Amino acid sequence: MDVFNWSYAAEVFPTIFRAMFVTLGITLAAFAAALVFGLVLTLLRRVKFKPVAYLVHGFIEFVRGTPVLVQLFFVYFAWPMVPVIGFKMTAVTAGIVTLGVHYSTYLSEIYRSGIESVDQGQWEASRALNFSKTKTWTKIVLPQAIPPIIPMLGNYLIVLFKETPLLMAISVNEMLMTAKNLGSQVFSFVEVYTIVGLLFLLLSYPSSLLVGYLEKRMNNRYAQKAKKVKKEDVIV
Amino acid sequence: MSAAEIVEVLSRGVTVTVSLMLVSGILALVVAFVAGLSRVSGLKIVRFLTTVYVEFFRGTSLLVQLFWIFFVLPQLFGIRLDPFMAGVITLGLNYGAYASEIVRGSILAVPDGQREAAVALNMSKTQRMRLIILPQALRTMLPGFGNISIELLKATALVSLITLQDMMYLAQNLRAADYSLSLKVFGILLVMYFVLALPLIVLSRYLEKRASRGVANT
Amino acid sequence: MTGKPIVQFQNVKKSFDELEVLKGFDLDIMPGEKVSIIGPSGSGKTTIIRMLMTLEKPTDGEIIVDGQNLWHMESNGKWVEANEKHLSKIRGNIGMVFQHFNLFPHMTILRNCTEAPVHVLGLNKKEAEQRAKQMLAKVGLAEKEKNYPFQLSGGQKQRVAIARALVMQPKVMLFDEVTSALDPELVGEVLRVIKDLAEQGDMTMILITHEMDFAMEISDRVVFFADGYLTEEGPPEELFNNPKSDRLKSFLQRFSKV
Repeated sequence: MDVFNWSYAAEVFPTIFRAMFVTLGITLAAFAAALVFGLVLTLLRRVKFKPVAYLVHGFIEFVRGTPVLVQLFFVYFAWPMVPVIGFKMTAVTAGIVTLGVHYSTYLSEIYRSGIESVDQGQWEASRALNFSKTKTWTKIVLPQAIPPIIPMLGNYLIVLFKETPLLMAISVNEMLMTAKNLGSQVFSFVEVYTIVGLLFLLLSYPSSLLVGYLEKRMNNRYAQKAKKVKKEDVIV
Repeated sequence: MSAAEIVEVLSRGVTVTVSLMLVSGILALVVAFVAGLSRVSGLKIVRFLTTVYVEFFRGTSLLVQLFWIFFVLPQLFGIRLDPFMAGVITLGLNYGAYASEIVRGSILAVPDGQREAAVALNMSKTQRMRLIILPQALRTMLPGFGNISIELLKATALVSLITLQDMMYLAQNLRAADYSLSLKVFGILLVMYFVLALPLIVLSRYLEKRASRGVANT
Repeated sequence: MTGKPIVQFQNVKKSFDELEVLKGFDLDIMPGEKVSIIGPSGSGKTTIIRMLMTLEKPTDGEIIVDGQNLWHMESNGKWVEANEKHLSKIRGNIGMVFQHFNLFPHMTILRNCTEAPVHVLGLNKKEAEQRAKQMLAKVGLAEKEKNYPFQLSGGQKQRVAIARALVMQPKVMLFDEVTSALDPELVGEVLRVIKDLAEQGDMTMILITHEMDFAMEISDRVVFFADGYLTEEGPPEELFNNPKSDRLKSFLQRFSKV
């Protein structure tokens, strides 16, 4: 039985800390991809030509219904073998693409809820004012649909962040992989894995508090009748 | 290797995947109710400790938790778990934490008038919860539980990384043995996971639709 | 109506955060008495009966029910805050009907009326159902016992809520603006049920209401609250026909204009 070795922990900390920036970079890149691709999926689902909408819906359910880890292996190892459209990617790119596509399916649901929450009257008013279709979207609908969903998008940013350790499975040098490499040199994982866990907590907990705060503000602003949940609302 | 042979090999892992999901799902459900009820407890200390647990498991990454429980626990405390147990405990505690938020949210969403009516009928705290609040909250919880069950099934694939021989692990073995099989193996694997998830997806969408139609109130 | 009061409020105050809704009032209610509480909205009327039902805790003062202090109790010779057990003991004397009915949506009408008798009073299912059916018949809804609340009109729901409270056989019944959430054409059926109940005599009733004619008809006494104070009280004829305070005069004027 080991105990937690503080001096060893101090020694490896800087290396893991540096790897954190790889994790953060991948997180942001994948999230940006998810934001864009998610919007594309949302718009495609609204296409009048039904087969396209069905196909996109099927794609979304399929991606949401299968493990990210399997998708990661598919993108990294199998995609290059797909005839015509297949190509080889670096491990980091494969990771960004996989996480980006996976979470785009979740984000598309959120966009959809945002768009559907815009009152039908807004569309009718835009029509009455003779706005073009593009203008209606960019000037009227999206400006109302996006702000209320920002907290939910924030939530998924945090979820995606916590999903990045998966990429170690294809040897991307993010935090967990770095920790594993360090640990195997001394055959002890106590310090390294604990550090990784704490770093995740340190980043994601304050972020989720921030998201919670945003959520509250948005609720106050957009839903006048949102139920007040007081701190004292204790049941048992 | 033909597609049929690949399916044959991979399906040897179905039992592990499914039983891992079921056992950790049951643990997660128990944890969700215990933690969810604790979070609305009148005792501050109970609320505080549960919040720490929930935020801890939601705030750290699932894979990191799995590695910690599998690799660090034996070194630090001499607690050695086999991969299946490590998987059950990690998935159960992690998804239990998420699901406890659903339990808590659904309980708080029951209109306050219901509690008040139960007080006016002189029901005890336990009776209010058991007879009036929980049965109504349960309806709101179901769609959330459905979605969590899909997430849980997907998350089981992680245990391949601690050498548990589930579908994902067997697929990696196949690929390692013959690199040229990658496309077939992972293509088939994706479909197999989707087939397992399909009943859960259909169920969840049904529950969602039912919930959005809403229950007539009071 | 002689003897000891069944409910006493003694210098009761209530604040929500900074806002003092009730600034100290005394009120004694005798057994069997029918008391209507009227007043402008925001005058704390509802808070009065919610404190009696133990849904709100008074900031100051005492409430005595049938000779027992509601919010305080004696423990080891000391006067301490009431615990749940104490509250529950006294709460058994009181029943309440809410503005928004608060029926249990997941139970049939009959079950709504038997759940508490079975679990709180410990009646067996048969006895409870017998009592419940009796009360449902009394409010004219015997044939609805197998329905669920969502299948009923607002007026029917409120009548079920009255039956549900009656099954518990409380000594004091509280009615919190029970017709305010109803469509105008459904108000009559609910008031009729309450009136029948009042005419049967021995139950103490406290009603918060905006139905002035109704208050006049059934009350032994009307109490007017305004600005956090008990401003005026007396027999209904006197209070309505000969109001003394300006506050009450202007309040009644506004009503007669409508």
